Amino acid sequence: MSGTFVGMPAFPAAARAAVRDTTLRGNLRHATHTIRAKRARAVAELDDWERLRQAGKRIKDHTLRHLDRYLEQLEESVTAAGGVVHWAADADEANRIVAELVRATGETEVVKVKSMATQEIALNEALEAQGIHAYETDLAELIVQLGKDRPSHILVPAIHRNRGEIRDIFTREMGAWGRPAPEGLPDTPADLADAARLHLREKFLRAKVGVSGANFMVAETGTLVVVESEGNGRMCLTLPETLISVVGIEKIVPTWQDLEVFLQTLPRSSTAERMNPYTSMWTGTTDGDGPRVFHLVLLDNGRTDTLADEVGRQALRCIRCSACLNVCPVYERAGGHAYGSVYPGPIGAILSPQLRGTGSEIDASLPYASSLCGACYEVCPVAIDIPEVLVHLRERVVEGGEAVREGSKVRLRPAKGHAAERAAMRAARWALSRPGALRAGQRLASRTRRLHPRTLPGPGRAWSGTRDLPPVPAEPFRDWWQRTRGGKDGAK
Amino acid sequence: MRVALFLTCVNDTLYPDTGRAVVKLLTRLGVDVDFPAAQTCCGQAHYNTGYRHEAEPLARHFADVFGGYDAVVTPSGSCGAMVRELYPRMGERARSEGRGDGLAAVLAPVVPKTYELTEFLVDVLEVTDVGAYYPHRVTYHPTCHGLRSLGLGERPLRLLRAVKELELVELPGADECCGFGGTFALKNADVSAAMGADKVRNAESTGAEVLCAADNSCLMHIGGTMSRLRTGMRPVHIAEILASTEEDPAV
Repeated sequence: MSGTFVGMPAFPAAARAAVRDTTLRGNLRHATHTIRAKRARAVAELDDWERLRQAGKRIKDHTLRHLDRYLEQLEESVTAAGGVVHWAADADEANRIVAELVRATGETEVVKVKSMATQEIALNEALEAQGIHAYETDLAELIVQLGKDRPSHILVPAIHRNRGEIRDIFTREMGAWGRPAPEGLPDTPADLADAARLHLREKFLRAKVGVSGANFMVAETGTLVVVESEGNGRMCLTLPETLISVVGIEKIVPTWQDLEVFLQTLPRSSTAERMNPYTSMWTGTTDGDGPRVFHLVLLDNGRTDTLADEVGRQALRCIRCSACLNVCPVYERAGGHAYGSVYPGPIGAILSPQLRGTGSEIDASLPYASSLCGACYEVCPVAIDIPEVLVHLRERVVEGGEAVREGSKVRLRPAKGHAAERAAMRAARWALSRPGALRAGQRLASRTRRLHPRTLPGPGRAWSGTRDLPPVPAEPFRDWWQRTRGGKDGAK
Repeated sequence: MRVALFLTCVNDTLYPDTGRAVVKLLTRLGVDVDFPAAQTCCGQAHYNTGYRHEAEPLARHFADVFGGYDAVVTPSGSCGAMVRELYPRMGERARSEGRGDGLAAVLAPVVPKTYELTEFLVDVLEVTDVGAYYPHRVTYHPTCHGLRSLGLGERPLRLLRAVKELELVELPGADECCGFGGTFALKNADVSAAMGADKVRNAESTGAEVLCAADNSCLMHIGGTMSRLRTGMRPVHIAEILASTEEDPAV
């Protein structure tokens, strides 16, 4: 796959191109509105939804507070069940561990279960550099991989593609990767799924190594859980001789019973299903059943730094359901690629600048990729107050301040490019702290109102390019109030 | 009851008609409303753009100006939400920065007594029929902070349904953001404009003459888009509809 996000332009520039792409706008509008309505129905069926949501939040907060303890417990349980646990501080370390584990098997091919963690660390590219081919087996990930594209959604990575485009990608690319698409492939969903099934079956039966992530890891038993719809995950988790799972350290739940909450909230929030078709759970290795070797790579990659932030740490509660993407009016119009990360949408806008820091142009622009409408917070099944974190990260961008990067406290400098805004905000605060100054400004605006241009120069063009300015009234309210004593003397 | 009007800096400067409408409406309902002249701005634009520390003196000023009243009424969902939802948070953040309880203590008294206009009418005055007359086809856009932060719910609709001769038509995709979002409208102008255009298209599809909301900031964006697209629809603040009577109708 050619798709990485290095050197992405800032969000507004990337979004501008997406807004003008009418096919993309149409694809996204159709897909997000459909899933949005279905989710609302699936959630409305449960009269204890709000309690489940709060329970999910509490379980995650408790786990994060005691993450050190639960991680050690998990390591013990997994080891006792026959698995091998590895610790990776960052993407490079995780990629190195996985590549070495694959090389030790002598294999040069792996099949993959859809996984956000391995996308985050760009594992496929790292393996390719070592001569190891990684085959995505999730239908949408397959479309993305064959199309040399990048994922644009957490749950449905090819959401930006319509079925005509998918047919073309299959017809053009499948042959180079394995079994070609059938002659004259139509663009009906069933035929497309059939073509993918035949193409993938070959890979499942040949593969000796599987690579996965996990939705949950149960500390008390060492059990990993993958929740999916297609059954490809089940194939990858059971057929190969070696299974390597790369999982973010925040995916732990303390007990088996905690799963009862998330196995209700996750499918309803993500695919709008009461229950997802396949829930695979495995605990270490079992003789004569499934992989004989199991490795768990626990990935930090900025998570401990994020945990150190009092306001921002709630982002680690995320269970990757993508409900926030589906309701977000900004995501719907900007598309997933504009977010410059495998985590797009509202959750990406608070996760990427924390996991990666706010040093790059794209990461510094992400906290502003929201109108703060709050639809994301409303649907989040673990009650992440995304607008609160967005504003908090805006503060970090413009003010700088203390943060933890790579485990050490650092003092961040304010981001570049905000000097004029900062000066304007200070000036506004100065004037607005003095009613007299505000009044003088209002009067000046009113008296010169016939001289005001219809369109604004400089940064004001961002407003007046698409919107007319409101006319300035002949007098501000406060002058009317003073002149008429609030209308009491009968004057209008 | 000593009631103060917190008009907001945007309304004071650009929408004095909304202010006059609130005064007319509340006076008609027997409320003696005051406009403390020292009022300025709640600090929302500063806070939401990441300048929380610049917003703090404005919040203190707000508490100082309005502290002596029994109720503070504001015709803005987002400024109401700033006071009610974000002032307590500002206090908490100051505390966690090791600056003590000072800010929280200063802001706490004004938080529970600040009401958005439709809340004040329905919850405090307990009226839904305010005796208004407005012979127009109207559609209502629930602004995000009113809808999600304050939870205004049905209040504005109950008030509008009781207005004589007003034909209320449902807005498709009503709960979707209009794309204003304060400085978002400038920082992400393309996405903001696309959201605004979709909102206006939905409004036009209702055949209404008037799009009504309880926040002039959103209406400035929607109205500016309407007039640029030459739709013929116009934005009107809910206060101006509720203030309109048969004797003294709003146009």
